[in-house]
Amino acid sequence: MLGNTFILLSANGGGFLSALNGRLNLGDIIVTVLFFSILMILLKKFAWGPLMGIMDQRAELISNEIEAAEKSRLESHKLLEEQRALLKEARDNAQSIVENAKKQGETQREELIAAARAEVNRMKESATLEIATEKEKAVAAVREEFVSLSILAASKVLGKEISEEDNRALIEETIVKAGEGR
Amino acid sequence: MNHKNPEFVFLGLSFNPANILMLFVTCLIVFLIAFLSTRNLKVKPTGMQNFMEWVMDFVKGIIKNNMDWKTGGRFHVLGITLIMFVFVANMLGLPFAVIWDDYLWWKSPTADPVITLTLASMVVALTHYYGVKQLGAKGYFKTYLQPMPFLAPLKVIEEFANTLTLGLRLYGNIFAGEILIGLLATLGAGSAFGLVGALIPALAWQGFSVFIGAIQAFIFVMLTMVYMAHKVNTDH
Repeated sequence: MLGNTFILLSANGGGFLSALNGRLNLGDIIVTVLFFSILMILLKKFAWGPLMGIMDQRAELISNEIEAAEKSRLESHKLLEEQRALLKEARDNAQSIVENAKKQGETQREELIAAARAEVNRMKESATLEIATEKEKAVAAVREEFVSLSILAASKVLGKEISEEDNRALIEETIVKAGEGR
Repeated sequence: MNHKNPEFVFLGLSFNPANILMLFVTCLIVFLIAFLSTRNLKVKPTGMQNFMEWVMDFVKGIIKNNMDWKTGGRFHVLGITLIMFVFVANMLGLPFAVIWDDYLWWKSPTADPVITLTLASMVVALTHYYGVKQLGAKGYFKTYLQPMPFLAPLKVIEEFANTLTLGLRLYGNIFAGEILIGLLATLGAGSAFGLVGALIPALAWQGFSVFIGAIQAFIFVMLTMVYMAHKVNTDH
């Protein structure tokens, strides 16, 4: 556009420009500006633009990285605290479990001992009872034998048959009395 | 040292084909450097990408020194292109100058006042454009009345002075460098004795010219951003 204006100027009123041309390189001025503008536009398109883009991208990347690092630092800190709390809890749990087990073992031992003791007592008692019963039985058997013998002896002495049925009661009473008398 | 400049007239405009050639070479080199070093861009930079990123950050630092990044960010591309362009242009005339039939063909394009003043004018024109865009026409003209209304003529003169100094500083430094290199080269080419005498100063001056070329590129961009900040910032 600038060039066109100059061409127009030179075509219309050539007198002034041609007078100027002898002393001044007007063409050089135009060429300088033109070349420089073209260079600037080309460089902006092919060199500075992409370079600025990549630099902005890097700045963004770095700020993102810093942000991410900060975030992960906070997160790991939080996780550490969490883990620490969990560890503490687990330790407490273990402690209580051990204590519980100890207590339970103690009670079980007591129970076992008590049960054993009760069993022993029971067995002793039943043995005693059995002994007593046996003794009773033996005494009864001896007594019966004695009654029979007594009746036999008495019948032999009296020479007649004593009705066992009739006299047994009497004899037994006698024996019990004799027994008490001893 | 008085080489003639080639010239041709096209559409009523006179051109210096040497300037056009050198501008084209400069643009080509800058574009190739920038283009090749930004292939294969990675988030984790390697090789030339590091260099280009350094250049970008360097220019960013210059802009941030002068204005808020929110207003200055749009000048980033201009700043990087300008610093690379001026630096490469300054370097081009250092290794050799090509003279064909007494016409100077290969030189630093920035050793020509037309080109440096064009760049300076372009920059100053941009500052005015962005000044109006940023502050509005009213705010833009108000800056001429600050700090004191009677200083307005000085402010107007300052604009022209800025343009002239910006362009001529660059031109002067590079042109002087090339003149001296040319003189030393002539001395060295004259005789064996001259070669021995010229070798050390030529090397030293070339090294110094590299330094000057870099510094001038930096100063050019720095001043561009300073002028821009003057026009764009509300607190000036």
